[in-house]
Amino acid sequence: MATTPVLPRLGVRGAARWVWRQLTSMRVALMLLMLLAVVAVPGSMLPQRPQNPAAVARYLNDNPGLGQWLDRFGFFDVYSSVWFSAVYLLLFTSLVGCILPRLLAHARAWRARPPRAPRRFDRFEVHDGLLTDAEPEAVLAAARDTLAAHHRFRVDVGDEPATARSPGARTVAAERGYLRETGNILFHLALLGLLIAVATGQLLHYRGQALVIQGHGFANTPAAYDTFEAGSAVDPTSLVPFTLRLDRFTARFDRSGQPRFFEAGVTLTEPGGAPQARTIRVNRPLDAGGAHVYLAGNGYAPQLTVRDASGTVAFSGAVPFLPQDSSYRSRGVVKVPDVSTGDQIGLVGYLLPTAVIQGDSAYSAFPQPGNPMLVLQVWHGELGLDSGIPQNVYQLDTARMTQATESDGSPATVVLALGDTVELPDGLGTLSFDALPRYVALDLRYDPALAWILGFAVTALVGLALSLFVPRRRVWLRVTSQDGRAAVTVAALARSEDVGLAGEVEAVLDAVKELGPWQVLDGPDRPASVRLSDAADATGGHA
Amino acid sequence: MNVAELSTVVVWGATTAYALAFGAFAVDLARRAEVSTARRTDHETPRAEPARRALAGVPAGSVADPSGGASSTTRPVDDDGPRAVDDEAQPEALGTDEPAPEYRPGRALGIAMSVMTLGLLLEAVGIVLRGVAAHRVPWANMYEFTVVGTFVAVLTFRLLTLRRDVRFLGTLVLGLSVVALGLGLTAFYTPAGGVEPALQSYWLVIHVTIAVIASGMFTVGVSASALQLAKAAWENGSPLLAHRRFNVLGQLPSVRALEGLAFRINAVGFVLWTFTVMAGAVWAEHAWSRFWGWDPKEVWSFIVWVVYAAYLHARTTRGWSPKAIAWFSIAGFAVLIFNFTAVNLLMHGKHSYSGLDLGK
Ligand code: HEM
Repeated sequence: MATTPVLPRLGVRGAARWVWRQLTSMRVALMLLMLLAVVAVPGSMLPQRPQNPAAVARYLNDNPGLGQWLDRFGFFDVYSSVWFSAVYLLLFTSLVGCILPRLLAHARAWRARPPRAPRRFDRFEVHDGLLTDAEPEAVLAAARDTLAAHHRFRVDVGDEPATARSPGARTVAAERGYLRETGNILFHLALLGLLIAVATGQLLHYRGQALVIQGHGFANTPAAYDTFEAGSAVDPTSLVPFTLRLDRFTARFDRSGQPRFFEAGVTLTEPGGAPQARTIRVNRPLDAGGAHVYLAGNGYAPQLTVRDASGTVAFSGAVPFLPQDSSYRSRGVVKVPDVSTGDQIGLVGYLLPTAVIQGDSAYSAFPQPGNPMLVLQVWHGELGLDSGIPQNVYQLDTARMTQATESDGSPATVVLALGDTVELPDGLGTLSFDALPRYVALDLRYDPALAWILGFAVTALVGLALSLFVPRRRVWLRVTSQDGRAAVTVAALARSEDVGLAGEVEAVLDAVKELGPWQVLDGPDRPASVRLSDAADATGGHA
Repeated sequence: MNVAELSTVVVWGATTAYALAFGAFAVDLARRAEVSTARRTDHETPRAEPARRALAGVPAGSVADPSGGASSTTRPVDDDGPRAVDDEAQPEALGTDEPAPEYRPGRALGIAMSVMTLGLLLEAVGIVLRGVAAHRVPWANMYEFTVVGTFVAVLTFRLLTLRRDVRFLGTLVLGLSVVALGLGLTAFYTPAGGVEPALQSYWLVIHVTIAVIASGMFTVGVSASALQLAKAAWENGSPLLAHRRFNVLGQLPSVRALEGLAFRINAVGFVLWTFTVMAGAVWAEHAWSRFWGWDPKEVWSFIVWVVYAAYLHARTTRGWSPKAIAWFSIAGFAVLIFNFTAVNLLMHGKHSYSGLDLGK
């Protein structure tokens, strides 16, 4: 009967240890890194819900079958998906597992002394030597000074007692570059800190968007924002209740209509403080109540007055129109529910800041208000505002409305320039275009973790540079006496590619040469002029 | 002709100079190939070199393995320090492992170097003129980025040649630069002009300057990696490289030396890239009201960063061959180029400053 091979039983703890060892191995860390690169890709190929929900909806509409599956697996919010999170969390677990033992080892090495001089120097790729008349003690002092003072080595001077096989010697053992490992550990820990800081910011942040018309203002409460979103640890009543008013808005464009300069002049009143005049520009947010207020957009909000059929003012106010293109051709909707007699009124159409009328069509030639004109179509009936369902202010629900038409049946259009008052068709009343204030779209964001995030990022960068560019070197020197003179040999070893290693040996020997007459060393320790291939033989040869 | 047009003409001039220098470098390579071929008939074939090494006591497999050299018994540096042996200890040793080559730098190489330097001067003038014409730093759109990027690549190469003889890289670096400039001048070209408010920030100088320099570095690094792969394949007798013209590879530094060179340049590039992404995030915090939003450019810059991070890790992990490591470097560069071209031109994002409009 064939016996089935029996696997050694690991037990739960054994298995856990095995998994942990795998996870913290460099090989798995590397695989996770590559995996992270791969799983990041779909988020740039497919529309993402947090950035562009409308595009996701469109995609789902166009690709119903595939789209649903993709959605189920989180492909429209890749960077919060289970699989993306799993990869980076595993990567960071692996990182912690890698770095903690190294941190402990490095902490121990921090006070460690350079390792003693190895017996043979000729095994090292970089070694050299000379004979000098100088006193051995002077040689040792010169070497120590050179290494410790100028090249920042940790230096030990020691003795090798005479044995049967070799005469006694004085040695110098030196090591530098502990900062390399420090930098490496710093870099990895800073990445961990960065992750934690960003996650904390997610919990504690809030952001809101508000559209503010010239001469108007708002207070920093969730209700004052058009959209408001906060981390789960935020108490919405805890917002610092400052107020902000838009006093003026300056825009400049170049001759071809490209934007060149935007600035909002605002009055900021912080709780307990006096009102202060401030400015907000693109790239230069305003600090208010610990949050940043950004200038995210701008446009025009025509100031309109509608009188109904009885001549009573049914509507008076500024209505934001949304720019549709770089010439600020802007679309807007005016809803007039509060008529004293007759039907409710809805107006839909465009504002043209610098209108040019050509025959039947009109366009805007420039974004500035050179010749502002409104081109509107008129509806009447029931706006449906009382239905209780919230309505989009930029959309007219025409389900229970009729469009005013010309006698030939084509839609009636009212065109009016700034300052004009025109009759609305079908005897609905009159419309006046009184003024053209601007508005700004403000974006407000509060993230208390920002300073931490920046701090960890800078630490990571510094750590990275240290770990890549600080050379880690060991240099040894041995002085023996040879026919009454001092034979000095030096060897050096680096931890990675190190163009400057030979220079260290040279510097030490140069210092020795200053001490007195010298000559090249002859004998077993005499280095041949080292060639690359010889060097490889010398160290790789396991001699 | 106004200043902006003059700038373009001068950049065309620089491109022409680079193309000529490229030709001269190629002629020089061909001469190196002849020398190699001649020597090959005299001596043992250079491909027998691993065998020679093995006789000298080095396991053949470890000759090309950068971590193999450290496994000697005298190895006192920590276990995770994989490269105790350093073949760049003597810069002059970068030449070759072979006995003194009979190849001597000739006229072609001299011409190549001086025409290239002329091209560098012209390109510098072109960049300055562009800045004067636009009243800002001249690297705010794809055309300008290409011009400054190639300038940095060629300058990096020129500066490297001062410290060590890496002139064999010339053909690759200049070839890549000429192609990039040609594309820049024809496909990416945009007239000089001011920039929109989002770009009016000193971060334009910081973020983009470092991005350009990092890209230039990676270009030189990937050239070294490509040569490393080619040389290794040639040494192993790849039939693709059997033609005698490829004997020039025998003239190049050893596979290990090329690998080390690529590493040092890529390491500098990586630190600069880290800075680019961080500076981008700081700028995004000012300009777009969030420091990171997984915009396509951010995603792909992140992927570039991760791939080069993997490259650095692969290099410090034992068990990865120099060949595999070189492929990491090439993958990183491929993603970098994708990030600069496809992401700018084809994907919709906030980072659409290419100055071009391909249906965005
Ligand atoms: C985390 C945020 C950011 C990242 C990761 C990032 C990344 C990059 C990279 C990799 C480049 C090199 C060229 C290229 O591939 O196109 C670049 C160039 C550029 N960046 Fe950013 N960036 C960020 C934020 C910003 C911000 C906020 C702005 C301006 C508002 C900006 C403006 C530019 C410009 C003008 C260029 C050069 C033009 C070009 O290549 O098209 N970047 N950025």
